[in-house]
Amino acid sequence: MLYYVGKRLLQAIPTLLIVITVSFFLMHMAPGGPFDGERQLPAEIEANLLATYHLDQPVWKQYLLYMGNLLQGDFGPSFRYKDFTVTELIMQGFPVSLELGLWAIGLALLIGLPMGIVAAIRRNSTVDYMVMGTALAGVAVPNFVIAPLLALVFGVLLAWLPVGGWNDGHWRNMVLPVVALSIQQIAYIARMMRASMIEVLGSQYIRTARAKGLAEYEVIWGHALRPALLPVVSYLGPAIAGIITGSVVIEQIFGIPGIGRYFVQGALNRDYTLVMGTVVFYGALIVLINLIVDLLYSALDPQIRYDH
Amino acid sequence: MTTPLLEIDRLRVDFHLPQGTVSAVKSLDLHIAPGETLALVGESGSGKSISSLAIMRLLPDLAEPSGSIRWHGKRGEEALLDTPLRRMRQIRGNEISMIFQEPMTSLNPLMRIGDQVREVLKKHTSLRGKTADERVIELFEQVGIPEPRRRIASYPYELSGGQRQRVMIAMALACEPKLLIADEPTTALDVTVQAQILRLLKDLQQRYGMAILFITHDLGVVRHFADRVCVMRHGEIVETASTQALFSAPQHPYTRMLIEAEPSGRKAPVDPSLPVLLEARDIKVRFALKKRLFRPSEYFDAVRGIDLDIRRGQTLGIVGESGSGKSTLGRALLRLLESSGDVRFDETDLTHLDGSAMRPIRSRMQVVFQDPFGSLSPRLTVGEIVSEGLRVHYPLLTRREREARVIETLEEVALDPAMRKRYPHEFSGGQRQRIAIARALVLKPEFLLLDEPTSALDRSVQATVIELLRTLQAKHDLTYLFISHDLAVVRALADSVIVMRQGEVVEQGETEALFRSPRDAYTRELMRAAFLDAVS
Repeated sequence: MLYYVGKRLLQAIPTLLIVITVSFFLMHMAPGGPFDGERQLPAEIEANLLATYHLDQPVWKQYLLYMGNLLQGDFGPSFRYKDFTVTELIMQGFPVSLELGLWAIGLALLIGLPMGIVAAIRRNSTVDYMVMGTALAGVAVPNFVIAPLLALVFGVLLAWLPVGGWNDGHWRNMVLPVVALSIQQIAYIARMMRASMIEVLGSQYIRTARAKGLAEYEVIWGHALRPALLPVVSYLGPAIAGIITGSVVIEQIFGIPGIGRYFVQGALNRDYTLVMGTVVFYGALIVLINLIVDLLYSALDPQIRYDH
Repeated sequence: MTTPLLEIDRLRVDFHLPQGTVSAVKSLDLHIAPGETLALVGESGSGKSISSLAIMRLLPDLAEPSGSIRWHGKRGEEALLDTPLRRMRQIRGNEISMIFQEPMTSLNPLMRIGDQVREVLKKHTSLRGKTADERVIELFEQVGIPEPRRRIASYPYELSGGQRQRVMIAMALACEPKLLIADEPTTALDVTVQAQILRLLKDLQQRYGMAILFITHDLGVVRHFADRVCVMRHGEIVETASTQALFSAPQHPYTRMLIEAEPSGRKAPVDPSLPVLLEARDIKVRFALKKRLFRPSEYFDAVRGIDLDIRRGQTLGIVGESGSGKSTLGRALLRLLESSGDVRFDETDLTHLDGSAMRPIRSRMQVVFQDPFGSLSPRLTVGEIVSEGLRVHYPLLTRREREARVIETLEEVALDPAMRKRYPHEFSGGQRQRIAIARALVLKPEFLLLDEPTSALDRSVQATVIELLRTLQAKHDLTYLFISHDLAVVRALADSVIVMRQGEVVEQGETEALFRSPRDAYTRELMRAAFLDAVS
């Protein structure tokens, strides 16, 4: 177990290294720089600024410098949000993004799992076709389309809920972004749960359970549910990654002060250190979540032991 | 005559498929008396398992049973096909229990075995808590699970196949049913384990006074087990008789065919002066089980230093139960997996050859695997499967020449060459095994590794494949390494035998001598179990 966790963490190092390197050079290849504005700065001031942030050095030197700082846990200062370090910005935005993400994944499981289970039990019935049709639509429509539609209908036309803002996490502000963020995951989880439930219901040990004289609900709750959940659990890693990348767009659309919004604005402003900081932070987070999901999987399935 | 426990009259089971309606069971009549053992024997596709599922009302949704199944249980006579499902659930697991063929997959893999048995008690009895636990432990003791107190907390994957089947039996017997339906309960088990399970079922039958409906494809198994036998074919019963009468004077030709399909014939030993084709010295294979950071890693030694010589034209049989290392040894000899020790093939030392140097030799050493369903690519036509080796080893052949070789080979294995345009799923198990043999044969090999080539086949089909292997060997002077757990087949095909257990050779010698007077205790146990006649 310890061996396995250690191995997985070591394996994460090259992954993160590649992510950091690729995004660093991509970022620097994009035209423009952090201090290009509508108003041209005087040449001396610009030179001064560039020198302060080592932006006058060749890119490979900047890269080495950045990596050196990173190894010491220093994400550097933000170029745009003066007086703030990138670490401070991330720590400010993360609780907001975390709350949004947790609600979204919670909602996705709460709705997606029962949808899939019902569809599997009532396989090839009208209920099944309706559920699966809805899920297919959910998979097909991207969240940057759903989000403005939701805002238009429930925020503008019906005026039930605010169209944006965070308001310190008031529930009324949270409904629309959480729904927009989770719809796609609801659809994926429902489809996956249906498929795995159907497979489990056809297996030999379900036949054994029925031969014992168990009622259908006992067969489903007692015998089919846990094995059918296994594939969904292993999908949680990618699902959370999907929620994170989705939140980048959603936070921007609803004006939520989370990491995602810093990331988009950082990219638009060529705020190199802010973008890099978010990438490294999210990269490490996804690696960690995948590891936790795999460990959770072994808790559900006694046959999985991470000894190798 | 006493009232029968179960009476089946004109049972018919139709499957409504998109392509039309198929009758898996056409007209089945049988009755079972209390305490009786009735065997329902038939080959795959005869409808025997479907019939048993119909009794329990466990058929898939597509199936529609008709006719009558009358049960004389705790509530007097009931027509099971018309009983409400609620009442049916009271009968299942309580008055009628069932055990299945696949002990590996019939238990819930995520549930402790004790809980799986306790569940039946909770459903049908008033036993709860400690008293229920005590009953589970008692049942585990009765079915011979060692350390039952500790074992109730085990998961199925921690048990061997035989032990899992014992758990299934404990589960089935928990409520002392009047009828136990055993659907091929020993087919997936090793012979020695099979003998133990059959003995256990007999003992428990006497203790509980229950009737057993024993469903099997293996006529040999029921010989000393059943009181009466029904032989089933194409959804109908062709013959019903007492076991003794059936074996001494079978009436129906199909029954006679089944009895005669037991492997027969012997192979004469080859001249010991013939050259050795394959020579192996001190073959060892070891698999890593656990790798650990601070302590030494754990290994499993699958093959522990085996020497063997196979002469040209010889058939060497390797017998052993699952886990004995016989298949691993076969693969190591063909350099299909990492091993230590020396292998020489026709004077060439294979030990240090790399992939490309091995290639010309590969065409001379071919292999046929057990599973005729898993070992043929479902996306290739039979012609493509058979000709694939030719493309690799004889890239210069033209299309036409390749085609000619494929046709010639298919004819040799008695398949219609016109079938080469079809896909594997369109063929039966026996036909697929012929395709697998054709694939090996097309390269004109000298040496064939046959890894359980007949184990997945019905006895009657098995006999024809054995005959084919014999003919091909004589015609092409082939050398066989024949791996099997089935002693009867090995006895019919091999001229010398190696008995393996836990990666080691326990006994070896010429087939007839070894079968007639086995010296090693394990070999004797294996034979007793395989030829059940010797038990009683």
